[in-house]
Amino acid sequence: MSRSLDIRTRVDRITTVAEGIKRFDLVPEQGGPLPCFAAGAHVILSMTDGTRTWRNPYSLMGSQGDRSRYSISVLRTANSRGGSHFLHDRVSVGTRISITPPINLFPLELSGRHHLLIAGGIGITPIMSMAEQLNRLGASFDLHYGVRDPARAAYARQMVDQFGERVRLYYDSAGAKLPLDTLLDQQPLGTHLYVCGPEPMIDWVLDRAEAAGWAAENLHSERFTAPAGGQPFTVRLARSGRSLRVGEQETILEAIEAAGLEAPHLCRGGACGHCETEVLSASGPLLHQDHFLTTEQHRAGRRIMICVSRCEGAELVLEL
Amino acid sequence: MMVQGIKSRPRYSGLHPDPHAKRHLVAAEGEGALAVIDLAMRAGGDFLASLTLLYLPGEGHEAKLFALGADRFESFHDETALLGALDHCLVEARMGTRLYATGTEGFIGLVVQLAHRHGIKHLSIRTEHRGSLARRVYCVHCKAITERVTTNIVECRDCQAPLLVRDHYSRRLAAFMGVAVNAEQPDQIPPIEEIFP
Repeated sequence: MSRSLDIRTRVDRITTVAEGIKRFDLVPEQGGPLPCFAAGAHVILSMTDGTRTWRNPYSLMGSQGDRSRYSISVLRTANSRGGSHFLHDRVSVGTRISITPPINLFPLELSGRHHLLIAGGIGITPIMSMAEQLNRLGASFDLHYGVRDPARAAYARQMVDQFGERVRLYYDSAGAKLPLDTLLDQQPLGTHLYVCGPEPMIDWVLDRAEAAGWAAENLHSERFTAPAGGQPFTVRLARSGRSLRVGEQETILEAIEAAGLEAPHLCRGGACGHCETEVLSASGPLLHQDHFLTTEQHRAGRRIMICVSRCEGAELVLEL
Repeated sequence: MMVQGIKSRPRYSGLHPDPHAKRHLVAAEGEGALAVIDLAMRAGGDFLASLTLLYLPGEGHEAKLFALGADRFESFHDETALLGALDHCLVEARMGTRLYATGTEGFIGLVVQLAHRHGIKHLSIRTEHRGSLARRVYCVHCKAITERVTTNIVECRDCQAPLLVRDHYSRRLAAFMGVAVNAEQPDQIPPIEEIFP
């Protein structure tokens, strides 16, 4: 995504919606309507603190009809690379933040006969947008929301008020567990399932659904994997001949951007495939962290998703 | 003259059993019976005990299919009756049911079209083409559908336009596109050949 398309916004309001979770309302600096979006869409926020820049994706929430503002909800994560801490601790009303236009890699499949929405923790953000859109369209849906305890259950009360019986809450603190296998067996043929939450939960839901005979086409998930750091290494860009150092807590894409260069990318979470890059040589194994390439492609080691993956060796040479 | 290499042209990758499915729902027509028998051989296990088989008989395959011993087997006199029964099955079915379709292209297309109305994506339906290549052809001029077309050019059953049968396919209509072949030069109609026997 070219940065020239970025939208300059200002934080208009900050609301604490649950323990460790804040909602940020962003309004355009120039006025004028923001681009419209559908449930499941996200934007990437660019945040700069001195020399460090974070670009993190956050799902859009709130009324899809209101083009005067976007809302995102952010969990202050313990193992943050810095983005969520920056938003929680350093951003105040009036802070300027530039964002990309909405990108949707997690759209609703509206031909579905029924929609089964499953959220874990902060994964509620795209799922709640989906519930609102389905509700507005008069489509059939159920929402199952698992969360550690009531204090952390962002938007739980609001959703129960809005959608009533269709919302089911499961608090770990009360020992409640999502009855996944039963749910999977009870859905009418033509149901689509959407899951967002912690990585192990997504894996659990998708594995059980596959085992229950669900078609892959009916399963939808979104993971915003914060790329894990690792040993620093050097990346050499064969076409431009430049060598860049990729720091411990930095991605290849971030190193490229820090050098003032641009490389194709979109989701920054290893999901969309836009940043797929040819590997010319690597002096150590590739640490693939994406959900885009197949297992065989990972093993072959000829392609890498530079937004999340790295190299466990001194030098990686890319066709860039 | 034939317009090929069109992306919408359906592909049929064969009836492979879904090992995870809890229920198998098969709609078969004519020669498709042989694909169902192959499928049952490949699947083994308790496939037959969880199989609902709806069949529109062709020549002499009905007894063989009945002999398979599917949990539920029904045969029908016409396409409409079979599709009506399939519609009912799809209403009742739950996730974990795998849908299969086999027979002529026109028949598979009608099953896929019906399934779509129940929210089932075409990619999740396992299909195998058997029997005639005859096509359902949609006239882009008058919207009529001409059935069982085996030639490169066919007269529209409604507006009588000589339609060139393209590979361009609509899943919604379950038909191939037919466009007047003489639109530019009304007196020039290329030779008619049987190309979808």
